[in-house]
Amino acid sequence: MDILNALVAFLNFVFIPAASYGAQLALGALGVTLIYGILRFSNFAHGDTMAFGTAIVIILTWGLQGLGVNLGPLPTALLALPLGIALTALLVLGTDRVVYRFYRVNKSAPIIMVMASVGVMFVMNGLTRLLIGVDDQIFTDGARFVIDVRSFRDWSGLDEGLALRTTQVLTLVVAVLVVWALFRFLNRTKSGKAMRAYSDNEDLALLSGIEPERVVRITWIIAAALMVIAGTLYGLDKSFGPFNYFQMLLPIFASAIVGGLGNPVGAIAGGFLVAFSEVAVTYPWRKIVGYLAPDWQPDGLLQLLSTEYKFAVSFMILIAVLLFRPTGLFRGKSV
Amino acid sequence: MSGNRQVTSAASRWRAPVLFLILAALFFAEGTFRNAMFSGSWNISLAILNMGLISAITALGLNMQWGYAGLFNVGVVGFLALGGLAPVLIALPPVEGAWGAGGMRIIAALVTGIGSLALASLVWRRGRGKVGALATAGVLVLGFFLFRWVFDPAVAAIEANQSARYGNIGGLGWPVLLSWPIGGLFAAAAAWAVGKVALGLRSDYLAIATLGIGEIIVAVLKNEEWLARGVKNITSIPRPVPYEIELQRNPDFQSFANSWSTSAAEASGIWVKLCYMSLFLVVLLAIILLAELALKSPWGRMMRAIRDNETAAEAMGKDVTARHLQVFIIGCGVIGMAGAMMITLDGLMAPTSYNPLRYTFLIWVMVIIGGSGNNWGAVLGAVLIWFLWIKVEVWGPELIGLLTAPMPAGAVKDHLLDSAPHMRFIAMGMILLLVLRFAPRGLLPER
Repeated sequence: MDILNALVAFLNFVFIPAASYGAQLALGALGVTLIYGILRFSNFAHGDTMAFGTAIVIILTWGLQGLGVNLGPLPTALLALPLGIALTALLVLGTDRVVYRFYRVNKSAPIIMVMASVGVMFVMNGLTRLLIGVDDQIFTDGARFVIDVRSFRDWSGLDEGLALRTTQVLTLVVAVLVVWALFRFLNRTKSGKAMRAYSDNEDLALLSGIEPERVVRITWIIAAALMVIAGTLYGLDKSFGPFNYFQMLLPIFASAIVGGLGNPVGAIAGGFLVAFSEVAVTYPWRKIVGYLAPDWQPDGLLQLLSTEYKFAVSFMILIAVLLFRPTGLFRGKSV
Repeated sequence: MSGNRQVTSAASRWRAPVLFLILAALFFAEGTFRNAMFSGSWNISLAILNMGLISAITALGLNMQWGYAGLFNVGVVGFLALGGLAPVLIALPPVEGAWGAGGMRIIAALVTGIGSLALASLVWRRGRGKVGALATAGVLVLGFFLFRWVFDPAVAAIEANQSARYGNIGGLGWPVLLSWPIGGLFAAAAAWAVGKVALGLRSDYLAIATLGIGEIIVAVLKNEEWLARGVKNITSIPRPVPYEIELQRNPDFQSFANSWSTSAAEASGIWVKLCYMSLFLVVLLAIILLAELALKSPWGRMMRAIRDNETAAEAMGKDVTARHLQVFIIGCGVIGMAGAMMITLDGLMAPTSYNPLRYTFLIWVMVIIGGSGNNWGAVLGAVLIWFLWIKVEVWGPELIGLLTAPMPAGAVKDHLLDSAPHMRFIAMGMILLLVLRFAPRGLLPER
């Protein structure tokens, strides 16, 4: 019985939160890694563009809620998602046209593109503030739980409760669908193959008649979709804070680098690795250990690091990878 | 940033003096004229200038890294915050009983932590293959638990000591000016650790690693209450200059203020700010002098040669990574010093105020706009951008108010008026993008 209790506590406090957070990170890291693979720079505006796209989705959601439209148990934000993606994609294509294309055509150093992305980050941050203000927003509606603590306890007769929120299930389902669609696109369609060819070797891709600007456009559209989906899922799961997304930049970059920059499979693995390490290191294990070893009464919480240091975890993983395997676990682009 | 030199024309010789004169005129206008654009208060004008000078020193540090060596450091906020720790630990009076409660134990813990890291790196270098990796991981894990075992009781003891008023380790009671170079040393030490790991890899890895260390340093300052009381903040950091209230009580100063036909209250504020300004100017000019001498020395030419063509420099037998590490540490030291000066000026250590947008990316805007690689450019860009950053917050709402005046009152007008202060983020981003695109060498290009 105690083992079951420990297992339920583990699922409830470690596995489920880490899995949904990992899915959000993986989607974010996929966007970073695609932009890196095709456009060959680290996009510092990623976090703030996520915030901006999410802000659009929230405003559309409010509009839909005002009209009385809803999806029953699912959050209304899902309905707003396609239009939000379209608007963000337009904006991102616009920034590419007025900002990044110039440096691409002139073959500027990647670091100049990174610098330009800092400028875009400022603008996006300002636009988000203009659009939705600086306060936290909660825009989730529909059913809150798939399984809630009380009914799980009644059903199982265990001391530990298990809560599974709708947004967590939704995150995982959407992430799986998005990743499936993305890989199908990359592996099966002509455009996807063109993208991979361009990422592997630009000159050879040009020789085979691939149009670079088209590849770049498709990349931005996919990246915008990934950004808005990841941002909206994160906002539904936690809450939308315009400044939370900038702070996600570090775990997202860490995930992308851990997996190998430019490698989509690596980005997904990296996202889950970072998320699970973050949760495992900052979770107080006292309760679970108490079930497994009732005779041992430790003094502390058995927490390796306090929750505020979760950035340190992504940082440590990042440093370890940089030291021992700079191309990432899945062999991304060369150093 | 680009290496191609241009022939110095007559126009460019006058460029720097003219631009600095315009800048001086802006501050003069802020101090003298009272209208929609300027406040007409010398107290405000000098307050902006003082913060501008600190930004200038920060920008100089960043300019050494980016302008001389092409290193992309986005952890400025962290090094600035770490430098700000120095006035707290050096200049504050000691807290009674804090050292007795756990001071030695804290030091023992830090020695344990650093020692196990050093041991781990030694084991890693000596060891081979899987056994070596396992031994390194074992040393790290054991070291971590040993560190926590020594560290945690000490922290609890110090935080329990007079927790309402202090609960921190306290300072040494040394003069606050001494804390400025020590703040630089703190930041330089952290820079050494980051640089050792991230330099020598691809350029954006350094960016991401510094982004991380910046966040972590700020998180440490927020959470380690034994160090600087965390989010409870530290106030009343000793000043190197007189207090306004003492000046106002001094009859000599009162008559001096009357002779300038101002009130003692206003004159004391201006006097204190002028004292700070002189201190900051001394530091700023000393750093510029040293930086210019270094830039014109063989070392400076080598740094720029490395920046412009790493492969060629390497072929000439230069150790590129070691030189990068050197300049990264020096630049971070300067940034740390600016952080210590900022805390001294504010008299307050509030870790929640360290926002990367303001303390990292705004400094970047300053360096790029001033002219990367040019020390005077960094100073000009820093003071100018800081002035604009403060004033756009005032001008934005006024401009929007003017533009929306004909509009009927309603939700749209209210929203526009509310959001006007956020315009400065868009303005700064736009300025950065425009300069990067159309004048990548900045206001004062590198000679």
